[in-house]
Amino acid sequence: MIGGYPIELLALQLFTGLALGSVFVLLAVGLSLIFGLLTVVNFAHGAFYMLGAYAGVFFIGYLGNFWLTLAVVPLAVGAVGLVVERWLVRPLYGRGIDYPLMLTFGLAYVLVEVVRILFGAEGMPFDAPDSLMGAVDIGVGYFPAYRLFVIAATAVLVLALWLFLEKTSYGLVIRAGARDGEIVRVLGIDISRVWLVVFALGTGVAGLAGVLSAPMRSVFPDMGTTVLVEAFVVTVVGGMGSLAGAVVAGLLVGVVVSMTSLFAPAMAEVSMFALMALVLLVRPQGLFGKKGLMG
Amino acid sequence: MPAQMLKVDDLHAWYDHSHVLQGVSLGAQAGEIVSIIGRNGAGKTTTLRSIMGLVKKCRGEVAFDGQTGLLARQAHARYSLGLGYVPEDRRIVPGLTVRENLRLGLVSSPLKRKEAEVIDRIAETFPRLKERLDQVAETLSGGEQQMLAIARATASSPRMVMLDEPSEGIMPVLVDEMFELFARMKQEGTTILLVEQNVERALSISDRAYVMDHGVIVHEAPAAALLADKAIQERYCSV
Ligand SMILES: Nc1ncnc2c1ncn2[C@@H]1O[C@H](COP(=O)(O)OP(=O)(O)OP(=O)(O)O)[C@@H](O)[C@H]1O
Ligand SMILES: [Mg+2]
Repeated sequence: MIGGYPIELLALQLFTGLALGSVFVLLAVGLSLIFGLLTVVNFAHGAFYMLGAYAGVFFIGYLGNFWLTLAVVPLAVGAVGLVVERWLVRPLYGRGIDYPLMLTFGLAYVLVEVVRILFGAEGMPFDAPDSLMGAVDIGVGYFPAYRLFVIAATAVLVLALWLFLEKTSYGLVIRAGARDGEIVRVLGIDISRVWLVVFALGTGVAGLAGVLSAPMRSVFPDMGTTVLVEAFVVTVVGGMGSLAGAVVAGLLVGVVVSMTSLFAPAMAEVSMFALMALVLLVRPQGLFGKKGLMG
Repeated sequence: MPAQMLKVDDLHAWYDHSHVLQGVSLGAQAGEIVSIIGRNGAGKTTTLRSIMGLVKKCRGEVAFDGQTGLLARQAHARYSLGLGYVPEDRRIVPGLTVRENLRLGLVSSPLKRKEAEVIDRIAETFPRLKERLDQVAETLSGGEQQMLAIARATASSPRMVMLDEPSEGIMPVLVDEMFELFARMKQEGTTILLVEQNVERALSISDRAYVMDHGVIVHEAPAAALLADKAIQERYCSV
């Protein structure tokens, strides 16, 4: 027993926190990547997450298969990201960090309104597939299978992303470009194309986070608004531009929120901000914050 | 008559409203080493950066290896034409290893398919880098970093390299090594455009040289003649 709760309950709550944190990780990774390379603070990231959930609703109705939907959604949302970078964000490069910030801020409202007009303001149902229904015994008790799947899927994706960044030539270019875009250009690399790809990658992963969390949280036009704040908290705690930071901080914030909602439910909302304040006091650059990506 | 590798005609460049290059004309024949000398602030770095495509506002006609209209191309496209550039601050990418910095020079090149082979060859040419391939590049000494910057810019075997004050702040032994390397690169047919404060050193390996002052070329001569002309050196190169 700890604080009047049995160990098993605490362990289950920890897993709940990890599942919640997984969604944070996916959002923060994209946010961090985009900031690290493009120095764009993407305020539309929550809207891309929301688009992912709605794309999920749409594609599952159309394709009838959850797994196929899971593959198609990030591609579709990434394609929207591609268009946004190429025709909206790109003209603003070189004008200071506040221009793309304002643009994406406004874009988020536009996307939310478009979805509201197309699908209505009501929440949409999105069920986990039958194979992931129910709960599995994880040793300390029964835990929803779907949440376990979300944790595993996030782990796989983060690993794949890490391998991509560390082991491929394209990843090398991304890491180098985040630190010195000019030298990358004079070595023959079209950096604006790399920016395009990274923006699409980041938004695609946000879309994946949206569709993954759809069965856990409800699908409604404003669902990206709160999650954007949470994703920013995670990125700040982890350190802007750091992949490792996004992962550690995402899980940490998830666990902190889930634990406080057990011990002091009234404090659950503010707990992540308290954590952020604490981290910033000790390490203003965030846990893994350094200059450049993958610090 | 050797082919013209680089031809710069009436090049102008601006930083905001200050008109820094005011009509620079110069050229290099294939296989030549050409130096640009001149005192601090003369516009040497700006000239190289303009040729490479890194100065936003510039005008003029630049032809490279038979391709006219170089100024209309983006920096990365100029590299792909065979134009290498080693900036004055070296620009070793922090956090990457020596090997990764070298790989960066090959990413856009057809030689990428033979990456391991090319890096082996570089390691033979630059013994100092050979032992340190998997070391984080920032931990190299200044001279070794300069060697790395040169190795990186030449990894794809460019037709011409522009080097901005490569000997600056480097211990004499390494400066010797570096100038031997330039001589070897010339023998292999690489054209070199060199900006140096180390005037005597630069002139002694150059074929021709340009003297630059206040954003224009004020003098052009065979390197040997300029080396003997103390008056010109005194007038334009003393700090
Ligand atoms: N980024 C910049 N913004 C504004 N002015 C600049 C910039 N870079 C250079 N200048 C100015 O342009 C002029 C030419 O500078 P440049 O760096 O080309 O000279 P340089 O011949 O390379 O000098 P040094 O020998 O000191 O390297 C100088 O007056 C300098 O102050
Ligand atoms: Mg200079």
